[in-house]
Amino acid sequence: MNQVRIAINGQALDVPAGISVAAAIARLQWPFRRSPRGQARAAFCGMGVCFECRVRIDGIAQQRACMVPVREGMQVMTDE
Amino acid sequence: MGHWLGVKSYDLIIVGAGIIGTACADYASREGLRVAIIEPGPIGGGATAAAMGHLVAMDDDPAELALANYSLALWEDFTGIEQIEYSRCGTLWVASNEAEYAHIPAKIARLAAVGVQAERIDSDQLYRLEPALQRGLTGGMRVPREAVVYPPGMARHLLNRACARGAALYPQRATAITSHGVQLEDRTGLAGSVLVATGCALPQLLPQLPMRSRKGHLVITDRYPGVIHHQLLELGYADSAHGDADSSVAFNVQPRPTGQILIGSSREYGSDTSEVSMSMVRRMLERSFRYLPALRQLNALRIWTGFRPVSVDGLPYLGRVPERPNVWVAAGHEGLGITTSLGSARLVIDQWLGRTTAINARPYDPARVATWA
Repeated sequence: MNQVRIAINGQALDVPAGISVAAAIARLQWPFRRSPRGQARAAFCGMGVCFECRVRIDGIAQQRACMVPVREGMQVMTDE
Repeated sequence: MGHWLGVKSYDLIIVGAGIIGTACADYASREGLRVAIIEPGPIGGGATAAAMGHLVAMDDDPAELALANYSLALWEDFTGIEQIEYSRCGTLWVASNEAEYAHIPAKIARLAAVGVQAERIDSDQLYRLEPALQRGLTGGMRVPREAVVYPPGMARHLLNRACARGAALYPQRATAITSHGVQLEDRTGLAGSVLVATGCALPQLLPQLPMRSRKGHLVITDRYPGVIHHQLLELGYADSAHGDADSSVAFNVQPRPTGQILIGSSREYGSDTSEVSMSMVRRMLERSFRYLPALRQLNALRIWTGFRPVSVDGLPYLGRVPERPNVWVAAGHEGLGITTSLGSARLVIDQWLGRTTAINARPYDPARVATWA
């Protein structure tokens, strides 16, 4: 299987090509973001509707991780 | 039809669990009525979910003001309930020129006449309160006791209270009003008085009451706490709200308790799809940037649309449906239904109970439709 290397919060991670950013983050079991009251949030619907999985991807904030496939060299920032 | 064996009987069968239907269910159950509520979709999932949730007294029409003012007092019982997210940010109406500024004392007098406290502020005070506003504005009017809420949370809360008092929720569609009550999709018959609170969908059950749908767009940003502090509107907003143009936009932005900023507003007849119109969004945002240029730098998270239910004259239909014994209506609140939900419920249920209403119910009497024919 083809692998791509991405970085999540600076940590390099080799993942199968074609998976979503949400699937990649889930491998690390880190929170995707925080609710206004500080609770950890993660991907929920997995199909772009619930907006729970928003992260920064290559400098652009509030991307739905479940809707974006991983790309070689991608920089992802979670839980900002 | 015909087999009414095992029919369930209620005092009042409410069709629709938006904020109007749930407010009616809450008050009716509190007064001891046996209530059924029929809703095939999510609770507060129509116009209630699409709405901004601004609790506001509009002073342009006396009947609208009376109903809003009556309702705003009733809202005071809901300030401490978490899921309603009540936030008393106040309303700040912004004057962009001397003519708008000159109208403020008359507005304050109309509000004061019903007991709503408002104050005129000059431009210095305006920028102290809201430093992000565009320079060169003339001043404004502050209504400090007004608030914002989360409308679907309110609908859910009202329904839960009603159900805790024994109200029954039927999660399906009402297909017809019968001579006895209501028929449901699965052919269950419910017997009792019927109260239709289905907003834009009113013509499906009561085609004799005209109802138009007026589309709106809203944009919500990421969290930016402290950019604005009040619900901000241009004083020209009422021209957009009460005008009959095919489409209009007005500056109307709101600080959510999360720090997010809700940006409105647009009004549009003739569009019946829920699709976002980017040209309408652009118009709306350009209007808001004129008053609040800081918005340009912010990230938006999503855009959605909703439909306001508009009656013949912009006032809701509240009361008995003409020539339909035992059929009642509470619908057509246009853009003010969150504010006026609680008073509307009292007006209808108090009439059903044969009580004197707290405010004059006549302006909202559905019978007035005959005079518009």
